Amino acid sequence: MSTSTIIERCNELFEDLDFTAAREWKAAEAGRKVIGFMPVYIPEEIIHAAGMLPLGVVGGGDQLEVIHGDAYYQSYICRIPRSTIELGVTKRLDFVDGMLFPSICDVIRNLSGMWKMLYPDVYVRYFDVPQNYLNDIGGEYYRHELEELRDGLAELNGNEITDEALNASIKIYNERRALVREIYAFRSETPWRAPAAEVYLLMRAGLVLPVEEHIVMMRDYLEAAIAEDRPMRDSCRVVISGSFCEQPPLNLIKSIEMSGCYIVDDDYLLVNRWLLEDVDADGDPLLNLALAFIHKSADTAAKYCTSKEDVGQFLLESVRNSNAEGVIFAAPSFCDPALLERPMLADRMSEHNIPHISFKYAENSGQMQPIREQAGTFADSIKLWS
Amino acid sequence: MKCFVGIDLGSTTTKAVVMDDNGQSLGHGITNSRSNYDTASKVAKMEALVSARLTMFRRALKSIDELNGMVDDVIDGLERNFRLELFLEQLGDLRQTCIKQVRQPGYTGQWDQLSEALDEIFNRLEQSLLALFAPGAERKSDFFRDLAGAEYMNVGEKVAAESGLAFDNLLNVYDKSIIEVENRPPETALAEKFLIALDRVFTERKIPADTQIVRSRIEEALGIDFEETYTVGTGYGRVRLPFPKEHIRSEILCHGLGAHLMYPKTRTVLDIGGQDTKGIQVDGNGIVANFQMNDRCAAGCGRYLGYIADEMNMGLHELGPMAMKATRTVRINSTCTVFAGAELRDRLSLGEKREDIIAGLHRAIILRAMSIISRSGGITDEFTFTGGVAKNEAAVKELRLLVNENYGDVTINIDPDSIYTGALGAAEFARRAGTGVPQSH
Amino acid sequence: MNTAAKTEVVKESSMVRQKEMIARNYDALTSTAETGKKVASTFVPGNLNELIMSFGMLNNLPEINAINNGMRRKSGMMIMDAERRGHSEDVCTYVKADIGQMSKGNIAPNGKPMPPPDLLLLSYTGCFTFMKWFELLRHEYGCETAMLHVPYTGDGVITDNMRNYVVKQLKEEVIPKLERVSGVKFDIDRLRENLRLSAQAEDDLVWVLQSARNVRSPIDAYFGGVYYIGPIFSAFRGTQEAVDYYRVLRGEIEERIKKGLGPITPEGDMPEEKYRLVVEGPPNWTSFREFWKMFYDEGAVVVSSTYTKVGGVYDLGFRHDPDNPIESLADYCLGCYTNRNLPTRVEMLENYIEEYQADGLLINSIKSCNSFSAGQLLMMQEVEKRTGKPAAFIETDLVDPRYFSAANVKNRLESYFQMVDQKRSAKAA
Repeated sequence: MSTSTIIERCNELFEDLDFTAAREWKAAEAGRKVIGFMPVYIPEEIIHAAGMLPLGVVGGGDQLEVIHGDAYYQSYICRIPRSTIELGVTKRLDFVDGMLFPSICDVIRNLSGMWKMLYPDVYVRYFDVPQNYLNDIGGEYYRHELEELRDGLAELNGNEITDEALNASIKIYNERRALVREIYAFRSETPWRAPAAEVYLLMRAGLVLPVEEHIVMMRDYLEAAIAEDRPMRDSCRVVISGSFCEQPPLNLIKSIEMSGCYIVDDDYLLVNRWLLEDVDADGDPLLNLALAFIHKSADTAAKYCTSKEDVGQFLLESVRNSNAEGVIFAAPSFCDPALLERPMLADRMSEHNIPHISFKYAENSGQMQPIREQAGTFADSIKLWS
Repeated sequence: MKCFVGIDLGSTTTKAVVMDDNGQSLGHGITNSRSNYDTASKVAKMEALVSARLTMFRRALKSIDELNGMVDDVIDGLERNFRLELFLEQLGDLRQTCIKQVRQPGYTGQWDQLSEALDEIFNRLEQSLLALFAPGAERKSDFFRDLAGAEYMNVGEKVAAESGLAFDNLLNVYDKSIIEVENRPPETALAEKFLIALDRVFTERKIPADTQIVRSRIEEALGIDFEETYTVGTGYGRVRLPFPKEHIRSEILCHGLGAHLMYPKTRTVLDIGGQDTKGIQVDGNGIVANFQMNDRCAAGCGRYLGYIADEMNMGLHELGPMAMKATRTVRINSTCTVFAGAELRDRLSLGEKREDIIAGLHRAIILRAMSIISRSGGITDEFTFTGGVAKNEAAVKELRLLVNENYGDVTINIDPDSIYTGALGAAEFARRAGTGVPQSH
Repeated sequence: MNTAAKTEVVKESSMVRQKEMIARNYDALTSTAETGKKVASTFVPGNLNELIMSFGMLNNLPEINAINNGMRRKSGMMIMDAERRGHSEDVCTYVKADIGQMSKGNIAPNGKPMPPPDLLLLSYTGCFTFMKWFELLRHEYGCETAMLHVPYTGDGVITDNMRNYVVKQLKEEVIPKLERVSGVKFDIDRLRENLRLSAQAEDDLVWVLQSARNVRSPIDAYFGGVYYIGPIFSAFRGTQEAVDYYRVLRGEIEERIKKGLGPITPEGDMPEEKYRLVVEGPPNWTSFREFWKMFYDEGAVVVSSTYTKVGGVYDLGFRHDPDNPIESLADYCLGCYTNRNLPTRVEMLENYIEEYQADGLLINSIKSCNSFSAGQLLMMQEVEKRTGKPAAFIETDLVDPRYFSAANVKNRLESYFQMVDQKRSAKAA
């Protein structure tokens, strides 16, 4: 299979605002349930172990016309909750049996309560994560949170979720995490052979497909990408930071690469690679998931940083590991966490002489000209300086 | 007879409605709001009284059998000639004011020359502008500034060239004078002008009735005194009206009531004006049950289209017809007025067709309006659309589509005179206050 | 939450007392170089004043500083200053006013420079921005930080897991840090005593806020309420001063009820009570007086507000408890208004409208504060549906003067009041 065939399929899934694939999965067998979740991270293993399909809901993109969603939000609030409500009001999520709202910011937090009021028959949970990283404090708290989630899903299903099932799911997700890491590493090494937009679509497919299918798809892609010969361009290497929640339009990702920047790392769709290493698949699965979160997970502005020195370290490492020459801070308009954190990250990059620029977008941004200009100028200036 | 006046002081136009004590609307008037709201409301009211007088004439002439089938023609002629009278009076005023301007110290040494040129200009203006009031002629606007201004530019440029004067000077003189003249409402008796106008009608055409009888009926109608019993002001500039507080109502209430009077089955009203967009829910008595307005952001108001028109170097009234030529609708995502300009340029540079982009912009403004309606509680049958944008066919087309998609088969009312909705509601409030009817009935 | 008003305003003795208390606190804060006292910076919601004081430390609240700067019309420049230095125009203006104040010498309202805090005590209660705010402060000050993660009550209840988590953090993280920074050993009896005083003042505060149940309310529970919550939401909860203040305040209001007086405003007693409203959301500070005037000029009295619950929802029964000191601090943090989920907030508003016999709900939606604002339009719909009372929505900001459009706000308020009138006369007829 060629990369283009795989990406075409990914693009179909991406453009399908009715989530047909997930609907079909659910319809294939009686009693199947689908659990939606928003960015940044949710332990999909628990949903998987319950025999349910985790469905990533990351807004409506630039093809959804938002009418009712706007009725619920003031102009100074980001776009993802509006388009998510639009998806709900227009019944595009009517097959979803549960919705999880991870702790990321006040807007998504409050959306959990709105969902409870709008859809009283749906299992709705605000999914909190610890901001304390000590095993017996944050770890203990989080383990209980995971238990509550497990029990909630078990009740929804009417079946207990066993540790065996959880460990089996952890194993599958370990497999996926390894592949995701491999693809990111491949792109970072030879970015012309795995364009950012393709990798994005491939990762995005993981949000709506059963993990087993996604694993096959990623394997096929990697194999095809390695086999294909694509021309290398004289582009500079950048890391994207700040796009961990509301997603940029695909055109924006393409525009950045077209204007001379290879994206060698990013924080799009972090759920696929939130846990940085394999999770121990033996023993107490919830404890293992909790410990992985506390000690071996990615960083975003939605996480508390325990010391001044640690702020920006994760990004710094990403720049180093991917041999990036610069950072593009691309955050959604009105994104509190990303925009509040940005001055600190920018300072950290400056300290280490890492060039950076920043701009804002919305998932439905229409004009790419300013983005192309900024990214192009950034690429030129990096080439000039190095 | 007792009459009641509602005045709606909008950001771009000021509207007035005159009502009798049975709640019958007798007439309405409109003028541009200018910088002086006081004058604007006076002029609008005068216009409404003129229109009310025409209603009286129409009633009076209906009793003459010979005029059966041509009352409207006679009334139209009467109005046209009356407007000509008014116009000539204002033009005379403008001439005097311009000549006075020329005597200002700034023009020392050239005032003879300038006065001469002005005389020439105004002589020609009187001739050329008379044609605007000929039977069957079409006028783009009834505002004095619009009619006189354009022609002054044409004629002035020619005269300046002929006499070797700097046109700039003549332009300055005009600019200063027009503001003065606009802010000076015509003072002379209106009755007299109507009678002169009537004589012109008689000379213009043959009337199949005894002109003496016609004249006496008209004189009788002129004899009816409009006793202004109560006035209520509303609209964006209402706090600047020289009215006591109890004579002021919020535009939301007035719009709700006005829409109810026009279409008693109205339950949802959408008004898109220059400054804001309102979604209003009313009950069976026209009482406002809920309302929402656009937030700080101007996207989705008439102003948005004005901005786009400027950006495209087009007239506001040209946007709708151009959008109707679209073969597809380009998706415009920026709800922000400023970004919409950037997106528009971006789309043009990508080779999209102008009409398709403009169609997209019309959809964008209506999408915003739909959100405001949704915020106020959605659409319940019947739905009434009012305001300046209701005259834009492309906007109406998108609205019909979206209403149907989201709320199904709903009766949509759009009155050609919907711009008077707020003033009509205000007039009804005035009538209730003036006749002691409870405010909610 | 004092105000440096431009013109002479009518003052009662409680107001004079409060003004002195706040001035004394600023003097204490700005003289730590001489007194050697240590300062903890912390937030209003979920602040641990009793605990901080038990270590002999002073409490500095950046939000209150921002409010002060807003009311004295200094915040606009500070915000723009922070924006010039790279802070986004999209984010909370409390944060930017605070950062702007630091860059301008960090001058307290008494004209003296504020000392850098010895500890940033981040009580992460009900607001995500708090966390980043303190990371930004730490970025500037480089001082010790204690993070108290207070989980959001997403299902509307405080679970044992949540309570244990907060208690554990208090015991194992916060208290040891306070000990270290202050050099004082933790004394639970001192904490108990402070909590006992808190509970006393809380009783009187609740009485004051509930006095608005009288039809012909003796208080305005939003614009006036902001003053009434001043001492207990800031550095005085758990002090004898606060107990005394609330005793005096209660006495004054008892007197007003006896005399049949309405709320006091900057222009004297309100002559009539035409509308009774419940208000959701914080006030605007830069045009506070102008905003208030739009209400009292129309005879509109706010009989209950949620803003007066951000520093503790005492009217629903919670009291600080000397017998369960740490647990009650945990419950206090977990129960603050913006830490409650939206269905609970809707329920509170619904109950306020019923209990306080209000004509309707008014939401002042604040651009800065997504914790409050995100979801308010749905809350409004729900409350309207459940109570049948009309609601209105206005938009302003906390301390950014660019986001207060007086004409716009007035227009909506007038429309709203007239709508209430119209509905009333329809009902009467």
